[in-house]
Amino acid sequence: MSVDLVIAIVITLIGASTPILIAALGELVVEKSGVLNLGVEGMMLCGAVVGFAAAYTTGNPWLGVGAGALAGMLASMIFAFLTLTLSSNQVATGLALTIFGAGFSALFGQPYTGKPLELFRSVFPPDLSMHPILKVIFGYSPLVYFSLIMVVAVWFFLQRTRAGLILRAVGESDISAHSIGYPVIGVRYMAVAFGGAMAGIAGACFPLLLTPQWVERLTSGRGWIALALVVFAAWKPGRLLIGAYLFGLIATMELYAKAAGGVFRVLPSELWASLPYLATIVVLVLFSLRARGSTGAPACLGKPFVPAN
Amino acid sequence: MSDGAPNRLELSGIVKRFPGVLANDRVSFAVRPGQIHALLGENGAGKSTLVKMIYGIMQPDAGEMRWDGEPVTVSNPKAARRLGIGMVFQHFSLFEALTVFENIALGMDASIPARDLESRIRDVMKTYGLTLDPHRQVTTLSVGERQRIEIVRALLLNPRLLIMDEPTSVLTPQEVEQLFVVLRQLAAEGCSILYISHKLHEIKALCDEATILRGGRVVDTCDPKAETSRSMAEKMIGAGLKVISKPAGREKGRERLVVQHLSIPAIGPFGVSLKDISFAVHAGEVFGIAGVAGNGQNALLLALSGEEVAGESDMIVLDDMPIARLKARARRLKGMASVPEERNGHAAVPDFTLADNSVLTARDRIGMVISGLIRPRMATSYTGRVIDTFAVKTTGTKSTAGSLSGGNLQKYIMGREILQNPGVLVVSQPTWGVDAGAAAAIHQAIIDLAEAGSAIVVISQDLDELLSLCDTLAVINEGRLSRPMAVKGADIEEIGLLMGGIHGDPKATETVHVHPENVHAPAP
Repeated sequence: MSVDLVIAIVITLIGASTPILIAALGELVVEKSGVLNLGVEGMMLCGAVVGFAAAYTTGNPWLGVGAGALAGMLASMIFAFLTLTLSSNQVATGLALTIFGAGFSALFGQPYTGKPLELFRSVFPPDLSMHPILKVIFGYSPLVYFSLIMVVAVWFFLQRTRAGLILRAVGESDISAHSIGYPVIGVRYMAVAFGGAMAGIAGACFPLLLTPQWVERLTSGRGWIALALVVFAAWKPGRLLIGAYLFGLIATMELYAKAAGGVFRVLPSELWASLPYLATIVVLVLFSLRARGSTGAPACLGKPFVPAN
Repeated sequence: MSDGAPNRLELSGIVKRFPGVLANDRVSFAVRPGQIHALLGENGAGKSTLVKMIYGIMQPDAGEMRWDGEPVTVSNPKAARRLGIGMVFQHFSLFEALTVFENIALGMDASIPARDLESRIRDVMKTYGLTLDPHRQVTTLSVGERQRIEIVRALLLNPRLLIMDEPTSVLTPQEVEQLFVVLRQLAAEGCSILYISHKLHEIKALCDEATILRGGRVVDTCDPKAETSRSMAEKMIGAGLKVISKPAGREKGRERLVVQHLSIPAIGPFGVSLKDISFAVHAGEVFGIAGVAGNGQNALLLALSGEEVAGESDMIVLDDMPIARLKARARRLKGMASVPEERNGHAAVPDFTLADNSVLTARDRIGMVISGLIRPRMATSYTGRVIDTFAVKTTGTKSTAGSLSGGNLQKYIMGREILQNPGVLVVSQPTWGVDAGAAAAIHQAIIDLAEAGSAIVVISQDLDELLSLCDTLAVINEGRLSRPMAVKGADIEEIGLLMGGIHGDPKATETVHVHPENVHAPAP
């Protein structure tokens, strides 16, 4: 395998993994606060279509990202109001949010179908971003660097800051947190809003990073992968990174295997297509086996909190 | 009040309504600076609601609270802590997946640099003789250690009023005495203490004044040192306390349960292994197992009930049948019933109705299931019998287990097992968090079952309970069981030492107070 091929694979896999990683980081924070939002896919679709529209209309990809984040956050606030204020069932509400996102994005995206969009490319000078070797470091869209910074930021926030400790405490025992005097519902609103914004940005990654046009259901189920990754990564940001890149690697191999032919042709293409999902599950199951005892799930995950007052 | 200083805390006319219940009805009392003030009452008397309002978790519907003579509104626990109110909860407000240090940090209102906080924690632990490793995860700690976290957390705030909700139910006599030393030291420093407990002899030993609540109202205020345990218990329940009738000359019958050289490796990373446990329980005998939480009681209960099957089949013998290789259901069929410590989630399914909960353990012996089909009428009539016989306060067989108060649920669970007429009953913590009336009823039911010829094993951390209930007593420590001793004439210092095991401080026994009046009185 030539160096060029390796670099090409790395760049493709990182691009393919980035939206999943961003969405999963957001959902990780949401779940750490004790809320299970299954509507990631829906929020991603909202972010994708609004992000596309903003970037297409203004020609500015940064505005596309911002608009995507805003759209995801607004969608998440519908969920937050229903589940946190009205204590509705989180699973059902999350599924409804996904259906809502699919419908909304199809309707809103109608006028944009087939319109082309400029990809959100590296902001480094071409000497670096187009350099045959150095592009493996400098050749990415700002969204990729954003996702990596967020891995560290989320880890630091949860493990090293007081606000992060309070958020974990709320997810671990809402009643205890309430009786010490922390605003359980308020903390969860903020976590859900963060998760929504991240899912919106993840959605905006699709037109800005991967397929520069609008088609219905553009995110093609990646929101569900993000949800599964959070569980298998045992709610640890570092493992999310590994899981997301592993997924991306195998998804990328599918493309290159088709092109390479030869021995790769032996396997049916359906198997190649399902391989990313299978491999992600297998490897992360192995990971969680090693973490004996607890799975790391926040104790109050998915339970509505109704303070007695 | 006579010394001129304003009361630390004064409540007047506090009212709190819940839908359908008047939880606090014009409650008034005062706590002086440096006073250790007891709040007494049965479960449901309104104590918890009252202290939750003092600590700002709930808001009163009417009434006034004064702090150092000034009217105050405590809108949330943060405001309470700002005033100088600390609280140690009965159901600990701890986060199991977090470390001791993180749990304590969460109780601080300001962000304190980790290193400063750690040195302050070590200072407080040193001053009050409390030991804890700040970096252990809470799941790995015993109940007594968990309580210490709560106490350290409260003490770090230099409280001027410390609320203690049922603090001693999980401690050894030595630990209780150590706690009392801490509390007296705090009181001498001018901190007021509001002490909630069912253990009347402790209140007599510790408290300066007691306010007694019944049905949400203050029914009496008294000086506990001038009262007897019995007179206070009667004020609390508003009627004469049922005396446990324990026939004096009960004969021991044949051996019904024999455990021989039972050894089981630890289950799970924090489990305790059982090491060479041997004892025999006779018909008509109540056999007590004392010990501090986390010394193998859970493993022993699981091994006896059949939830964990291990060892050779003759390590546990029930009525001459080796049963150690049988699972729980097969053991139940042979007459072995068990009641685990955890009521909600282990002994009963909180979201199931009482009738459905009866099916879970009584189906075989009562015949509630025929060819896989449940006979609802059998389940309902049996459950109704349990409710009537054991005076369980509930709206009926269709109410869920989770809707019952702790004491009532425990009465139901005990009744469900006892009416199956088991040959051997193993029960862990039968009266944990149960009010005096229900505790007396449960104790009487245990004695009556023994009287009828069953053999009974009671695992409890409440030594008073075991001393008043059992004929024979052994102490479990680090998975080893001491030799059994007759309760009559048992040496409490020796029991305390055995409970402390090799970690026990021999000097600590010098300060243990024996409460002879309590040994044979009904455990309150």
